[in-house]
Amino acid sequence: MKRTTLTLLIISIFISVTAQTKKPVAKKPAAKASTASAAVTPTVMARGKVVYNMYCISCHQPDGGGVPSMNAPIVKTKQVLGSKPALINIILKGMSGVDIEGESYSNVMPAHAFLTNQQIADVLTYVRNNFGNKASGVTVAEVAAVRNKK
Amino acid sequence: MKLRIKSLEYKTKLSRVLAGTALFTLIALQSNAQTAGLTMPAGFKASIVADTTGRPRHIAITKKGDIYVKLFRKVKEKGLLMLQDKDGDGKYETKTAFGDYIGTGLYLKDNYLYASSDEAVFRYKLDANEHVINPNKPDTLVKGLVSRKQHETKSLVLDNNGNIYVNIGAPSNSCQIKDRQMGSLGQPDCPILETAGGIWQFKIDKFNQSYPEGVRYATGLRNVMGLDWNQQNNTLFVMQHGRDQLTMFPELFDSKLNAELPAECMYMIKYGDNAGWPYIYFDPFQKKKILAPEYGGDGKKEGDSKFIDPVVAFPAHMAPNGLLFYTGNMFPEKYKNGAFVAFHGSWNRSPEPQKGFMVAFVPFKNGKPSGEWEVFADGFAGSPEKAAAGRPDHKPCGLAMGPDGSLYVTDDAKGAIYKISFNK
Ligand code: HEC
Repeated sequence: MKRTTLTLLIISIFISVTAQTKKPVAKKPAAKASTASAAVTPTVMARGKVVYNMYCISCHQPDGGGVPSMNAPIVKTKQVLGSKPALINIILKGMSGVDIEGESYSNVMPAHAFLTNQQIADVLTYVRNNFGNKASGVTVAEVAAVRNKK
Repeated sequence: MKLRIKSLEYKTKLSRVLAGTALFTLIALQSNAQTAGLTMPAGFKASIVADTTGRPRHIAITKKGDIYVKLFRKVKEKGLLMLQDKDGDGKYETKTAFGDYIGTGLYLKDNYLYASSDEAVFRYKLDANEHVINPNKPDTLVKGLVSRKQHETKSLVLDNNGNIYVNIGAPSNSCQIKDRQMGSLGQPDCPILETAGGIWQFKIDKFNQSYPEGVRYATGLRNVMGLDWNQQNNTLFVMQHGRDQLTMFPELFDSKLNAELPAECMYMIKYGDNAGWPYIYFDPFQKKKILAPEYGGDGKKEGDSKFIDPVVAFPAHMAPNGLLFYTGNMFPEKYKNGAFVAFHGSWNRSPEPQKGFMVAFVPFKNGKPSGEWEVFADGFAGSPEKAAAGRPDHKPCGLAMGPDGSLYVTDDAKGAIYKISFNK
């Protein structure tokens, strides 16, 4: 319940903001989704969920709680809620042998560089706004910037 | 008036219901007190005899009933516990900690206690009461074993000829070029098998052994946590943790198939055996050794027949963490020499419901399974919902037999130690 009202609120703010800044309503749609928007819309969340269920759920589990001593939880941790470039890098390059909130995890987090920038933006936006997390969305541009560095 | 009568009726009904509920709860509580929340065959009862911290893994019990526990996480900087019930009330209130390393493997035989860290095996001499004589100075039997986080634990067991068998788990899921990555193929001639993915044999009376002194007794075993020596046919038996994530090849395996494949296998192991990891997995429906997708398999092609067959195939991903052949006299005849297997419970079945979190039993005759496996003790999870969600209250891990023939089970989630006994 809470989440839906929140999402609705965010959407309405988003709409009102775009409505205010852009007067010619006609040329709004298409480009929007793939470029600047960091908004946590139901569409983005739905797309992120598809990616999560396909590539992440087996290790991080349906509730994001992970598996004790094996797979890290992605609920309200520093990496999940913190710096977006660092988070994007975890998805692109994977991670292993790093203690998280004082616990060690024996499994490896595989690199997911094969995902498109759009898929990574969607799944990270989904993760950052699900499982009790609340943080800004991740844009395709932000993912591209990290991927293209070096 | 009418209203009052009605409310009176209602009240008596309510009190009857309440009394009924109270009685029911009382019975439930009472039976719960007899089973510690577990369901078992008729005549068995269970209780939690100790609550520990530090995630108890494998256990060993002395002839006088003291319990040794290997810990997965340190408690007061120590990784081993001795538990005692000094006042004889059935609860192990006295805890002594020693050993400055964490781990899983633990075994007691002929007045020595054997314990492992994730890289080494230590031996402690015991006194006449089977108490550790010098807790700070164990002999180092084995050192320098591969431990790269994944499948790092070193389970162990002894034979009757002065040898110790140590599992060295493969630090990998399926020996892919890129571990656990979508579509990554298997490394040719999997190099991991040179130093891991098998059982190594060492001597119990030589110090500082490592790979050069050891014998690769069996290979092609991804990771073994539960293992035991069968005294009837004088042979090693192991429970393998089968591979995960067949969905890395989504054109061949969807998440429903992945949840059911491959079987968790029990193997009878002779010197030189190869159980086939990473090249094959055992499909419990086709009852065949199927070529792994990393090595060109398609879910149907069979692998090399040189690999050994399992003696029991359990459902996928249930994570067998403990194996014990029951040699006691307390349980009914059917259990004599049979195998108990502690299933820690699955995680790799998601998004399908998780499974396991129970102790299974396999009847044996003359060192061979003589019937179907069955669930022996269930309910560790707390509820079917908690089990399905993979969020159980308790997770069975280690098994041992007490001097009276009762069965002890550790729980490495909440730290409970269960004692299961039988009343004629
Ligand atoms: C094979 C299992 C596996 C898969 C699949 C997997 N992860 Fe991970 N993930 C891990 C492990 C294990 C860690 C912790 C590694 C460590 O401690 O060094 C981790 C860590 C993380 C972290 C940092 C943890 C934190 O809370 O600080 C994030 C974020 C994350 N994963 C997101 C994802 C996403 C999103 C996906 C899907 C695109 C995914 N993971 C797929 C196993 C996995």
